[in-house]
Formats: sequence, C-alpha cells, structure tokens
Amino acid sequence: MAEPLFTPEEQKKFDAGIAEIISHYPPERKSAGMLPALRVLQEIKGWLPPEGLRLVAKHLEVTPERAYEVASFYVMYHLKKPGKYVIDVCTNLSCSLWGAEKMLAYLEEKLGLKAGEANEKFTLRETECLASCGTAPCLQINEDHHESLTRAKLDAILAKLS
Amino acid sequence: MTATAKTIDPIISAAWGKPQSWTLDSYKKRGGYEGLKKALEMQPAAIIDEVKKSNLRGRGGAGFPTGLKWSFVPKDSPKPKYLAVNGDESEPGTFKDRYILEDDPHMMLEGIAIASYALGVHTCYVYLRGEFKFPAERCQAAIDEAYKAGIFGKKMLGKDFELNCYLVRGAGAYICGEETALLESLEGKKGWPRLKPPFPAVVGLFGSPTVVNNVETLASVPHVFTGGSDWYAKLGTDKSGGTRLVCLSGSVNRPGVYEVSMFTTLAELIYDDKFGRGMPAGRKVKAVIPGGSSAPVLGADELDVAMEFEALKVKQTMAGSGGVIVMDDSTCMVRSLWRVARFYAEESCGQCTPCREGTPWQTRLLRKIEEGRGEPGDIEMLSNVASSIAPYPPIGLGNTICALGDAAALPTHSFLMRYRDEFEAHIREHRCPFGDKPWGSFGDWS
Repeated sequence: MAEPLFTPEEQKKFDAGIAEIISHYPPERKSAGMLPALRVLQEIKGWLPPEGLRLVAKHLEVTPERAYEVASFYVMYHLKKPGKYVIDVCTNLSCSLWGAEKMLAYLEEKLGLKAGEANEKFTLRETECLASCGTAPCLQINEDHHESLTRAKLDAILAKLS
Repeated sequence: MTATAKTIDPIISAAWGKPQSWTLDSYKKRGGYEGLKKALEMQPAAIIDEVKKSNLRGRGGAGFPTGLKWSFVPKDSPKPKYLAVNGDESEPGTFKDRYILEDDPHMMLEGIAIASYALGVHTCYVYLRGEFKFPAERCQAAIDEAYKAGIFGKKMLGKDFELNCYLVRGAGAYICGEETALLESLEGKKGWPRLKPPFPAVVGLFGSPTVVNNVETLASVPHVFTGGSDWYAKLGTDKSGGTRLVCLSGSVNRPGVYEVSMFTTLAELIYDDKFGRGMPAGRKVKAVIPGGSSAPVLGADELDVAMEFEALKVKQTMAGSGGVIVMDDSTCMVRSLWRVARFYAEESCGQCTPCREGTPWQTRLLRKIEEGRGEPGDIEMLSNVASSIAPYPPIGLGNTICALGDAAALPTHSFLMRYRDEFEAHIREHRCPFGDKPWGSFGDWS
C-alpha cells in the first residue's frame, strides 16, 4: 500500500480549508475555488504532489487536468518539492538600479547555488517585481517579505535559517 | 531645490505610518465610514451620479472614469452582480496599493461598501497578488472587523442590505492584473484574458455583470461622499478629480510613495524636498518612465509635465499605475530595456502569437546587442518585432487580445525613439559602452 497523502491532522486541515473555500462561491461554481484550494494543499505539503492535485480536482468537481493546468500556470505553485526555504529575488529594473543583481550574485556564492537551482535546504530563484521598488532591493523567503536589504541585513536573515 | 510643488493635504495616505492606523478603531476616529453613512441615505442612482461628478478616474492603469464604469452595469439584469477588487499590483515600478492594504485597509473596505450598495452587489471578491502575504493578513483582519461591526454581513449599518466580502490571493501571474484575466483567475482558471466586448460590466464573473476596480480607486470613493463631489473634483483638473498616489523609484535620493496633486510635475516629484529630494551626488537624470514599466519613457528634457492622465497622453505616454522609475546618466538604456523586455516575456500568458513569440524575440535581440554581439539590422529587426506586437504611436494599436502586448512593445518603441544612438554604439563598438557589469550605482551594493 502506498503511504497516505495526509496524516490525520493534515486531513482535517485540508477538509476544513476546502469546505471554507467552497462556501465563498455559488454552489454550482465550486471550481472557482481552485487557486485557494491549491494554496491550502501547498501550505500543508510544501508542494503540490500529483495525488494532491487529483484530490483537489475531485473536491472541486473538475478533471485532474484542470487542476494541473492551473497549478502549472502560476509561478508560486510548486509542482516539484522545493528546498526548505524558497528564496525569490527581484531583479527587475528598480531593484537592479539599487544593486539587486549584485545581491543575487552574493547569494549564489553564499548558498553555492545558481538562480533556478535547488538543494534540500534552499531553492534560489530570480523573480519579477514584488511591489517593493521604493525599498529596493528586496526578496521573499517562503513568502515572507524582506526589503531595503544590505549585506549585513541579508547575512542576519540567512543566519536565522536553520 | 526649492519647494515649488502645489501643496495638497494627503487624503489617501494621511494615516500611513501612524500607530494602529489599520484598525477599525483608528479609522473611525478619523471619520471613517461617515461617507458610507451619507451614501446609504441616497438612492443608488444618485450615488453613481456623485461619483461621475467627482471626476474620479481608475487608478489601476487605464484611467477610465469610475462613475461611468459603474453606470454600464445593467439595472434590470436577473443575474447576481459582482464587485471584483483588483489588488494584483504587479506592474514594475508600482507599489502603492500595498500601503493602502497594509496601513489603511478600511478606507478601501468603505469604498467597497459604497460601490456595492450603489450597484446592488451582494458579493465582493478582493483579489490580491499571491506575493502579498502581509498585506493580505492586514486586509483579512480588517474584513473580519467590518463583519463584526455590522458593515459587512446580513445588514449594512442596520440597513437591510447584505454584502459578503471574500479575500482571494493569486499565485504569481502579472497577467491577472488585466481585468478579464483576473476574472478568469477568480473563476479558478489560468489567467487568460477574454476578448472584449462584452465588457465585464455586462458579462463578467460567472457570466454576470461585474465591476472591476483598483484598490486605490475604491479607497478614493469615501472621500467623494465625506467631502462632496464638487470638492473632490476641484482638487484636480477638469477631467481628473482628486489626488493620486505615485510611486517613485530608481535613481533618486528618496524613493517612496507620495500623494500628489494632479498638477504636480515629474520634475517636482524628483527634485522637491517633499518628495524625491533630487538625484544622488554627481548624477543627472537620463530617462524617466512615468507610469509603470509599460509606459513609454521620457527624456530628461521632458519632465515639466503633470503626472495626470491627459497631460501624459499629450506626450504619447501614460500615467498608468503611477510607477515613476528614474534612470541616471550612468544607466545603460540597452540593459534597462533588456530587463524590462525580459519581464514581459516572462509574464506573457501565451494566448496570442504576436506577444507569445514577440516578447522572447525582443529579449533575445536585446541581450545580443547588450553583450556586444549585435549586427547591423538588429535595431530594425527589434523595431519590427515590437511593431508586430503593437505599432506606436499612438498607444492602443496592439495586435493582441489584451494590453500586455502593448505594454511589451511600448518600451521598445520609446527607448529606440529617444536613445537609438546608444543602441547603435553597442553594435558599432561590439560592447556595452557602460561596461557589462551588474548594476547598482548606489546604496549598500554599489
């Protein structure tokens, strides 16, 4: 027997999340809850495993292909298990004018990863504008936002990641 | 520099940075929800008229008159009507809605309540970009407070009018800021824009009449009712009422979000002590993008222009989402355009061929030129590719379903119009004259 997707607590969290989401839409429009439902799954598992996608599709009464189509369109969904910490560095124009490319190079050296690569602990990615242009450069670690970054500030943030 | 900019009292940003400004308690102490009380005493049609008279225009990018948009919703439709709030804020250079959501979310919620009552909307979805974790937490807390205070829910301040408001987070797609892509995303699909017409006011979310308004637009609505539409209209020009938030970034001493009058010029924004406080020591302005990275770039000699929809239209550019990006004389325009082009290539949804194929093509050509591998004819090719996506001028001739195509082509056209000599120099010298190094001319990483 394959291992179950969820532990009992995770199952409870998933069911409650899906029920709440579905209540926000007209009864014949359950499928509208796709984005929030995928978010619930990802918050529980850290990524979107194929059997999880099938489960979300079943609850929302759509085909698994539809769940996969949506999951693969949006960059924040992980179809592969990422590192424990996903670091998204903005390198768009305003951030670059304040040194984002150098900050990315610094991170690449420090983590021993190129942008786009991952290991058990870190996934390092270049990302697009994070609406922090006035407090550049910026990055997000597992969706937590960090801005006005200096070398010292960045070192302190990284030191806390175990 | 002397302070010359026309002074206005901030309306939208007045409470930002003050203790607990995001709470209902703080908002009410400042007269919050008084606009809603006034509106609830009026007929819905009269509310829409007030918004029309205020000359409030959409703050998301297109600058469409808000009252007019509301009036397009059919009154006799048997279908439910919806309000969708566009908080997808993803245009490079734009970071204003975020502060409304973080520092004063109730102002937007009051606008939502007024709009919903005027339009007969009983369900509102607030769509925030997925990366806005903290803004979403603040916004959700405010929504919860509004339910508890009897603003949302079965009754609106005691009046027999039900409004439910749900927050939805996107998942990282710039295209979902386009209003029909946003609706697709709200319906649980990938964000592929729809052909228009029909417009969302007639066929929107779930096939029902839907108004899509930007966060700042809705946060502006309560002031039309507390101050009156005449007062609001007179703050601005005869075509654009009120104040607006602009986002200043790039090579300036004090980047940030500033609330300005419709008469404030780009030069004032950059140099005035109240705003940007000028350029870093020894630097001069080379170029300014006035309305988010899709807006055609202006040169250093074109900054004496008000940051208002009509004034910027005369210059063949746009006020857009208020994102002003300043580039100084040490900035390579080829590299800047390459970076901007990469964004649109990354964010093209893939639906229309000119944009799907054209945006990466632009990027490849720009990389080739920047890396010193450019050949004669590359500039013409770049210009051709951009024209195939969307010719210019004027703005709005795009060959694609949505405006992302225009957004991707306009920077190319305008950079080539104004800085062609830099592109030619790259090809002639087989290198970047500014040095092919990572940027960062000031700040900690310089």
